[in-house]
Amino acid sequence: MSRVKHIDRSIYRRRKTVNFLVLFASFLTTLFGLFWLAWLLITLFSHGFQYLDLAVFIKPTPPPGEAGGLANAIVGSLLITFVGVLVGAPVGILAGTFLAEFAARSRIAPVIRFVNDVLLSAPSIILGVFIYEIVVVSMGHFSGWAGALALALIALPIIVRTTEDMLKLVPNTVREAACALGAPRWKVTVSIVYRAAKAGIFTGILLAIARISGETAPLLFTALNNQFWSRSLNEPVANLPVVIFQFAMSPYEDWQHLAWAGALLITVSVLVLNILVRIFFRTVR
Amino acid sequence: MDSKDTTSGKNLLERGFGPVQDGRDASLRKADLSSLSISISVKNLDFYYGSFHALHSITIDIPEKQVTAIIGPSGCGKSTLIRCFNRIYELYPKQYATGEIIMDGRNILSPREDLNLLRSRVGMVFQKPTPFPMSVYDNIAFGVRLYENLSRAEMDERVEWALRKSALWKEVRDKLNQTGTALSGGQQQRLCIARAIAVKPEVVLLDEPCSALDPISTAKVEDLIDELADDYTIIIVTHNMQQAARVSDFTAFMYLGKLIEFDTTDKMFTNPIRKETEDYITGRFG
Repeated sequence: MSRVKHIDRSIYRRRKTVNFLVLFASFLTTLFGLFWLAWLLITLFSHGFQYLDLAVFIKPTPPPGEAGGLANAIVGSLLITFVGVLVGAPVGILAGTFLAEFAARSRIAPVIRFVNDVLLSAPSIILGVFIYEIVVVSMGHFSGWAGALALALIALPIIVRTTEDMLKLVPNTVREAACALGAPRWKVTVSIVYRAAKAGIFTGILLAIARISGETAPLLFTALNNQFWSRSLNEPVANLPVVIFQFAMSPYEDWQHLAWAGALLITVSVLVLNILVRIFFRTVR
Repeated sequence: MDSKDTTSGKNLLERGFGPVQDGRDASLRKADLSSLSISISVKNLDFYYGSFHALHSITIDIPEKQVTAIIGPSGCGKSTLIRCFNRIYELYPKQYATGEIIMDGRNILSPREDLNLLRSRVGMVFQKPTPFPMSVYDNIAFGVRLYENLSRAEMDERVEWALRKSALWKEVRDKLNQTGTALSGGQQQRLCIARAIAVKPEVVLLDEPCSALDPISTAKVEDLIDELADDYTIIIVTHNMQQAARVSDFTAFMYLGKLIEFDTTDKMFTNPIRKETEDYITGRFG
């Protein structure tokens, strides 16, 4: 067999050059992103790792000049985040389900989708002030509940969006097949479509957790902070982001050290959570 | 059933050489249209995808417990027509049908018709296999559980029955707890057929069931269609005219959203009345 027809070498060469340039640019931008992440991690580790000892996990935040840890803030953060997701996830999943499964003929769906996108990009401090106004002011005091609610508001649009997207990835042929057996629409959604999309929906929830676990601004206006262990979510609750904020700004060195340890802890937790999400999504899919 | 499995290879060879003159028991069922009872009677059916007028005044009587093939070039409305028989098009906004489709004396296009009950009586198998993300067993039990309250033993029996009927039992009897999506394409499609017949519908709609299958799986599905026609009314949409000739008792030819001709398969393939039918069947267009 001889060579194929007439190949215009210049076209081929140009395509190869463009391909190389774009690939190189993509490589550089990836490197650019990773550079900052690496810098951040190195800084955090070099300043924070030495202070990350057992006391951090078992002792509450100290007054200046005394030994202490971050235990109350860690537990407070976990609690507020947990309650926030507990509120945000069911509402988000139901709303996402409505948008993906039941809203084909509805006129309100595009409105909900738009409002959700606005909420998704709203500055978190605005949400904090909003909850301050409707919960903290009306209750008369800061509380963990208000903090959890603020975080739920941040998690909500993320979960709505990922749920809708993941449900829409389930091919319509599967819905048709289930409906063709005589299954009512709700049964198709719950037994078939959710099952097909569960990895994606769960991933959305984990990403929302990663997002809200580092939020500071909304908690400043809601959960505030607590030097001591809180007895309930009905009073101000210590939490990592606000403690980091407060301790890092303080003139006391041991507080600053704890802030470094807390910053490292929260960053690594979010990073690990993100990596776990990816591994989980890959294995379940 | 089991003995049939071993002969399907041979059938395949025979089929390859002589598509039209298969002397199987299909011919025993073949009869005059007028002497058969009617399962689905379509009168002046029009169908619209939004503003697109896809079906033009279709009138056809589908005979009971026979295999009816619908043939025609791509986009002629074959699939659209059978999607009316279980109103699956209702999943999508802007798709609607006008006219009458009479089953058991009732117009199933009536807004009062219960769609879930209708679909439990009119099963459907689609072009692409659509196993549910659950075990082989649950794939079949899902539909049955919707309308019947069976004991575990009865359900086991029903699942085995459906799998035997669809010539899949021997291949999956040890894999009932494995996920249905792990089966091969041909097995998945037979699983979908098993799922459709497990609920014991009166009518089975097959929308190009073999288009994604290899020849051996196709042969198995065709054997299955032949057997199912003893108990069910089968309507099959196919691109493959040899397949229509092999499996069906009656054939409808559609073109550009209209029903051009409908008669016994023998008549349609040997002596069609309309010129368009003859042109299509002999491969002059389409």
